[in-house]
Amino acid sequence: MIPLVIDDFTGVSQAVHNFLISTLGWPSWLAVTLECVGVGIGLLLVYAILALFYILYERKICAYFQCRVGPVRVGPWGLLQSLADTLKILIKELIHLDNIDKFLFALAPYLVVIASMLAFAVLPWGNGLQIIDFNIGIFFLVAVSSIGVLGILLAGWSSANKFTLIGAMRSGAQMVSYELSIGLSVLTMVCLAGTMSVSEICAEQENLWFIFKGHVPAVIAFVIYMIAATAETNRGPFDLPEAESELTAGYHTEYSGIHFGFFYLAEYLNLFIVSGVASLLFFGGWQPLHFPGWDTFNHIMDFCPSIIWFLLKCFVLSYIIIWFKWTFPRLRIDNLLALEWKYLLPINLANLVLMALIIVLGWHIV
Amino acid sequence: MAKVQDKIAQLFPQATFTEADVLQVNIDKAQWHDLATALRKDPDLDYDYLITIVGMDWKTEMGCIYYMMSTRRGDDVISVKVTTDDRENPMLPSVYDLWAVATLFEREVYDFFGIIFVNNPDMRRLFLSIDWVGYPLRKDYDEDPKLNPISIESERQSDLTQSWVERDGKIEKIEPEIFKPGDFVVNIGPQHPSTHGVLRFRTAVDGETIKKIDVYMGYIHRGVEKLCEDLTYPQTLHYMDRLDYFSAHQYHHCLCRVIERAAGIQISRRAEVIRVMMDELGRIASHCLFMGTFCMDLGATTMLFYTLRVREQILDIMEKTCGARMTFNYDCIGGVMQDLAPDFQTDVKALLAVLPANIKEYRKVFVGNVIAKERMCGVGHLTREDAIDYAVTGPSGRASGWSCDIRKIRPYSIYPELDFKEVLLTEGDAMARFEVRLQEIEQSAKILEQLVDNIPEGEYCVKVPKMLKLPVGHWWEMVEGCRGVFGIYLESDGGSKPYRLKIAPPCLPLAGVVDHITEGMKIADLITIGGSLDYIIPDMDR
Amino acid sequence: MEVTTKSMPYDAWKDNEYIEKLVQELNANGTNVVVGTLDKLINWGRSNSIWPLTFATSCCGIEFVSLGAARFDMARFGWEVARSSPRQADFMMVAGTIVNRMVPVFRRLYDQLAEPKYVIACGSCAISGGPFRKSYHVAKGIEDIVPVDVFVPGCPPRPEAMIYGIMQLSRKIKVENFFGTVNRKQKQEEFLKEHPVPGVND
Repeated sequence: MIPLVIDDFTGVSQAVHNFLISTLGWPSWLAVTLECVGVGIGLLLVYAILALFYILYERKICAYFQCRVGPVRVGPWGLLQSLADTLKILIKELIHLDNIDKFLFALAPYLVVIASMLAFAVLPWGNGLQIIDFNIGIFFLVAVSSIGVLGILLAGWSSANKFTLIGAMRSGAQMVSYELSIGLSVLTMVCLAGTMSVSEICAEQENLWFIFKGHVPAVIAFVIYMIAATAETNRGPFDLPEAESELTAGYHTEYSGIHFGFFYLAEYLNLFIVSGVASLLFFGGWQPLHFPGWDTFNHIMDFCPSIIWFLLKCFVLSYIIIWFKWTFPRLRIDNLLALEWKYLLPINLANLVLMALIIVLGWHIV
Repeated sequence: MAKVQDKIAQLFPQATFTEADVLQVNIDKAQWHDLATALRKDPDLDYDYLITIVGMDWKTEMGCIYYMMSTRRGDDVISVKVTTDDRENPMLPSVYDLWAVATLFEREVYDFFGIIFVNNPDMRRLFLSIDWVGYPLRKDYDEDPKLNPISIESERQSDLTQSWVERDGKIEKIEPEIFKPGDFVVNIGPQHPSTHGVLRFRTAVDGETIKKIDVYMGYIHRGVEKLCEDLTYPQTLHYMDRLDYFSAHQYHHCLCRVIERAAGIQISRRAEVIRVMMDELGRIASHCLFMGTFCMDLGATTMLFYTLRVREQILDIMEKTCGARMTFNYDCIGGVMQDLAPDFQTDVKALLAVLPANIKEYRKVFVGNVIAKERMCGVGHLTREDAIDYAVTGPSGRASGWSCDIRKIRPYSIYPELDFKEVLLTEGDAMARFEVRLQEIEQSAKILEQLVDNIPEGEYCVKVPKMLKLPVGHWWEMVEGCRGVFGIYLESDGGSKPYRLKIAPPCLPLAGVVDHITEGMKIADLITIGGSLDYIIPDMDR
Repeated sequence: MEVTTKSMPYDAWKDNEYIEKLVQELNANGTNVVVGTLDKLINWGRSNSIWPLTFATSCCGIEFVSLGAARFDMARFGWEVARSSPRQADFMMVAGTIVNRMVPVFRRLYDQLAEPKYVIACGSCAISGGPFRKSYHVAKGIEDIVPVDVFVPGCPPRPEAMIYGIMQLSRKIKVENFFGTVNRKQKQEEFLKEHPVPGVND
């Protein structure tokens, strides 16, 4: 059986497991099912809360960049703004279109949401706080995050609208291209880690984060990863699929109500996920900031709980991605593809070789 | 001028001349195309810029007055009057082959007067729907709403255009197709976030590449020219605010000037200075908003907030003096409505103090950005010749190297005394159009600097008769709006209302050139080009 | 019941009689506690999250841009999420003249909005045709084309007036009943019955 949780939180989950089996005398399958349901509900809750938080987070940051104050009227400091939005969007009419592929039209938003939800499973939330930890965790993450593009393609195709179709085609070209960059920069870091298991990658960074361990190639990989991740989440300056000023609302032009809400939430959740992966690969996941030899410093850092470390890293990295969006103009489709195929990909390949060399020669900090 | 007259008289002995503020040549319609060819091609005449075509209905006869200018000789404007007696089926020869912009102007005249231009390849209606009954600017137009009811049913669309061509001496109507069969046509607009209003492009695309664009206007055609014919002269002024609402001061200035000239009113120097200052303040505000919306079209939303900061400051100045944020209605016949607010000078100085830092910031934030460069450099290239041919004036024309600033080539008001530079660039792409506007802000600031401490004392408005009547005649006036050359043709029959008030807006040719410069570009470039041309839809539709 | 928004004293509103009448009408049949509470929750969500459709035809649209800018900052109220697609927007700020040719387009946009949808007629052109009322090509007010919730006079209205107008809309949403009894939607259905569009099933 796959261990549900490890390390710090292992005690808690093991205790629950033991309680269910020994004390209540439940059969093992029932206990596991119950635990799965519990984890699922927890996941959904975290998912919803994070989405609400992220929507407000972006609106506040964007307001800050634009010399505004952002939402302040609903709830204290506008904290309930996104809750109000969600409530509204939940009960908004779902428009049914004629002459479309109704099944695919309805399926698309769920695909997008499921893709981002699956990725949640392998994120290192905290010390031992991980839903599934298996030996190809990173591989799984890359795999599920590309399901999202199917949803977007389907949304564009099934709406029977020329704008959505162009949006979907753009998205397809963009996602497939930038998947390469993500994959290669992840591969570079996997090289350094020597494992694809999320928990082991975290553990390896206990004394020093990978961004410091891996020298120049790690930094290059990080920069490329950030660019590709921004493109992967369809955010500005790579928001071509939904380019407001060009394609009205891109692939989700025809979606209303909660269907649109799913796309809207998934965008922010994807933002969180790519930041989470970046923090896992480059900034130690949930690991506190440690430097070899600085014992007092390391000890102080340990006071902060691991889950806070992880969330904090995610928020800071997301801040950078949001910063991109509110600073740069949008790229054109040919610039976008040229950037990937002519620049990022060759640099990435060279970087991978460089990283391999460094590891073979043992130059990296162990 | 006499030289031109001699030359025309020598080539066309039948032509007669009328002396008005602009030399007018009267020619028979049979000879018009030959005269037009001579005017366009003859090196001594060389009228390469067609300013506008004024459609006219003189009750007994109908016709057109063509206003054109020679860009080589600068301020040389000439007009040609061509008439036809046939009211049922009026026809004139087209000059689309000589001036590219004529295609559009002739469509406008056809739409308003029903005059058919023979050989023009595209003789559809421009502003009104294809099923519209009657020609609204004719004096005998039936305004009964039953004829043209407001319908919530979608209007009839046609994939065919229409054209009247001359074959073997006979004129026949043909209906060619607009797009090629098999074209993938995407409809952009009228409700679209970056058409800057309600303009509609039917765009034939091949993947992301644009093959052809068919522009539809009229989604905000409000019939201002017709409305003006029913109003007294001071009343017509209000509409000038609502055409290009960013050039409100300049447009007011133009109409005031033409009425004052016709009525022989001399305004005080104080009023002149105030008007020019307001024009330039308006120009800065307009260019600021342009930069904001243009960057927003490109996806850089934040820029809008930085540019609007300056605009709000200018609006505050305006508000204190004019009492409004947008439709100022400030210039009036005889001067300006109100004297300047007491702290006008301090406010303008405060504005001038913050401008350089802001311009520097705009450059840093946007122009230096590598993505912005990729998106703008080389996009929507317009050569100088094409700019003149398509009558693309204003900053867009100057970005192509065409010196078309009316403040310089045909100076009016107190502009001759002022020291400022006409910003000319030669690249002709979106980046140049952006850069021209940025530099024009600096020039406008320079003008303001010269004037802010030199506002002469005096009355701000001279006495004007309550019921203003103009003598019989017609007048032509041009000013430099924020988006290009704005012209007004005013014809009076001696009453207190204009017989015809033709507005020649700068934005109409700007929309006409879109198809020409977007061919082979990407869809995203259409947005860049549209944004960089900076057309205002209510201005082109009127 | 005093219907107001945060930091706006009830007396500061100019047309309380109208809202009071509306509340009376709505509560004529009485509501039960559960439904009433749910209604309140839903109305709280709806009234605090009204997203505009990016729609402008002329001058008023520029003031609407100013409304979004830093000085007036409609984001404070949560209105800044301007959607370009009518499917996702909640209300339409009809900013500018609607001319004959635009009417079918405008009506279609309204039909494309997802329920609950609201319309604000902004500026004198949208209210009555304004200075262009006598023109041959201008709709004399949009009331004959779509049902209007709030009128904001001005030419163009100042951004402050627009804020007031949208706040009034928010107040109207606050007294809506989602469950049972009379609600605004029925009024709209009547309107659509009176002004049908052939081929469109509302």
